[in-house]
Amino acid sequence: MKIVVAVKQVPERDAVVRVAADGRGVDESDAAWTMNEPDAYALEEALQLKERAGDGEVVVLCAGPERVQSTLREALAKGADRAVHVVTPESGAGSLGERDTLDVARLLADAVRAEAADLVLTGLQSDDLGAGQTGVVMAELLGVPHATLVLQVELAGAGIKVKRELEDGWMQQVEMPLPALLTVQSGGNRLRYATLMGIKRARQKEMREVEAAAATKRADEVVKVSLPVRVKQTEMLTGSADEIAAKLVERLKFEVKVL
Amino acid sequence: MSSKVLVVMQTSGAGWHRMSFEALAAGQALAAELGVECSAAVLGEGAAVAGLAAELTTKKLAAVWAVGDALLAQYTADGWVAALEQLIAETQPKYVVFPHTYQVRDYAPALATRLGEVLIGDVTAIRAEDAQSGPVFVRQWMQGKLNAEYRHASASGVCVVSVQAGSFRAEAVAEGASEVRAFAPKLEAEKIRTKPGEAFREAAQTVDLSSSAVIVSVGRGIGEQENLKLVEGLAAALGADVAASRPICDAGWLPMERQVGSSGQTVAPKLYVAVGISGAIQHLVGMKGAKTVIAINKDADAPIFEVADIGVVGDLFEIVPALTRAIQAAKQG
Ligand SMILES: Cc1cc2nc3c(=O)[nH]c(=O)nc-3n(C[C@H](O)[C@H](O)[C@H](O)COP(=O)(O)OP(=O)(O)OC[C@H]3O[C@@H](n4cnc5c(N)ncnc54)[C@H](O)[C@@H]3O)c2cc1C
Ligand SMILES: Nc1ncnc2c1ncn2[C@@H]1O[C@H](COP(=O)(O)O)[C@@H](O)[C@H]1O
Repeated sequence: MKIVVAVKQVPERDAVVRVAADGRGVDESDAAWTMNEPDAYALEEALQLKERAGDGEVVVLCAGPERVQSTLREALAKGADRAVHVVTPESGAGSLGERDTLDVARLLADAVRAEAADLVLTGLQSDDLGAGQTGVVMAELLGVPHATLVLQVELAGAGIKVKRELEDGWMQQVEMPLPALLTVQSGGNRLRYATLMGIKRARQKEMREVEAAAATKRADEVVKVSLPVRVKQTEMLTGSADEIAAKLVERLKFEVKVL
Repeated sequence: MSSKVLVVMQTSGAGWHRMSFEALAAGQALAAELGVECSAAVLGEGAAVAGLAAELTTKKLAAVWAVGDALLAQYTADGWVAALEQLIAETQPKYVVFPHTYQVRDYAPALATRLGEVLIGDVTAIRAEDAQSGPVFVRQWMQGKLNAEYRHASASGVCVVSVQAGSFRAEAVAEGASEVRAFAPKLEAEKIRTKPGEAFREAAQTVDLSSSAVIVSVGRGIGEQENLKLVEGLAAALGADVAASRPICDAGWLPMERQVGSSGQTVAPKLYVAVGISGAIQHLVGMKGAKTVIAINKDADAPIFEVADIGVVGDLFEIVPALTRAIQAAKQG
């Protein structure tokens, strides 16, 4: 079974975010980058599927500038067999920020088509844009069935059976034929760490660069990015840790009345 | 009155998904601002849908579309996309508004793709102030740390949006009178490629946080499993239950049943202490009902402060132990 996993590189969660000078994007000049969290779970599911099947191939796929190769290398170190890097410019025309979700999904879907994969996995949502769409759009472009919010995948005859999350703690099984696309929710498996041996091996693995197609006209337009204006009147407590603790105890006693 | 707004309502069991009326309120407000008509649609098996559609005839709508077919008895992305693609072709709306539910996440992006469009998803506000260039849709970037304002780019195509839970008020739905119009989509069983099973719940929950009076909730700021004893100590001092954000449960540091949020429990305690939790919307929807929220976070811009009554910007590794000691001392004194 050949599995393609789309992994996105996103800014670290703890990073301080600033609005870009043009007011239409994020200032990424001193961001630290990491693998989007649900994508790490998608990769884990792919590696486990391959291990259970005893054979197959896991190809990781990312669209972005040069820097995304560190995330692809990390995936190779964890056990992916090959990487495909769809290269986009760092900024300006053709960069990720200038493309809409449909366009990025098109870049990824074209790369998947060239691989003729049995199964495509994506994360359910990216930490930066939070669109939660790229996987579903890819499925539509590829003409394959899909399921979202997937926690577990099992082979079932010629197809697959997946467990997916519904709201409020409900779950559901869904069956579908292959090829198919699944967007993976976090928490279905424990994540593995890259071993030293894995990191060493990753250096020898194939990293294929593919030039990204030119950007198409966007269907949506980002007109402005800003820090949210706080509407709630939050009482902010300041001072040393002990002073803050004393103030909190007072509120807990006399206002919240839980002490 | 050529351009119109269509709101796609979602059912849940035999009734409505609670967010449907938030989407309806958003759609009506958008239509009012643009000076156009608003309609609603509900999809499902024929007989079931007729009854639900009838319930909407008391709302201010141009029409209520009852989209019925035996193949819509159970939700599938293929069924929903095909049916709505046909309804949109027939009724030619300019805007299609959805509630941003898990079900909508599953099919609306595919529907938008089929229309050559991109879903503007999880929208928290809609402003139609500038009639020339069309409405602005606000959505969050970076897990709520930034607001991004979007516009639909083309003047001709359909603008597809979904609205975030809690961003529009269901009570604001305008009353009126309208009529049910039946729409029979042409669906083929072979084109529905997925076979969905019934909804189920995993092993019975033994922890019920919905009735907790005081909750201390921990997020990824805690860093390591080891450190959980800090918040457990605080919870013990307060006589509180311990809860967590999703990543803590994903990592197996606390059981799933202690997770608060859209895929966990919904709580409404007297006091909710959020320790090292950033305040992503999927977490907030589970705890917004708390009477008092105290947030401890080292990042002054963390979205959790948006819902907190009392905020402490600081290192939880200093604040939490100090607070635990102070509470213990207060109880003895
Ligand atoms: C469909 C879907 C469903 C989801 N369901 C849920 C759900 O039910 N529940 C849920 O919680 N999430 C859910 N999520 C995930 C959610 O989007 C967030 O990713 C998650 O809530 C973030 O958890 P966190 O706040 O603990 O971590 P982070 O976002 O990483 O935040 C950690 C916070 O800790 C602070 N911090 C770090 N170190 C310190 C320190 N020393 N002292 C003080 N503060 C510190 C940081 O400033 C940061 O704000 C869901 C996501 C999706 C897409
Ligand atoms: N540039 C990209 N490269 C690789 N995968 C991506 C990219 N953008 C999005 N994805 C995948 O699509 C998922 C959903 O992203 P989004 O639609 O932005 O929320 C992510 O979790 C990734 O798996």
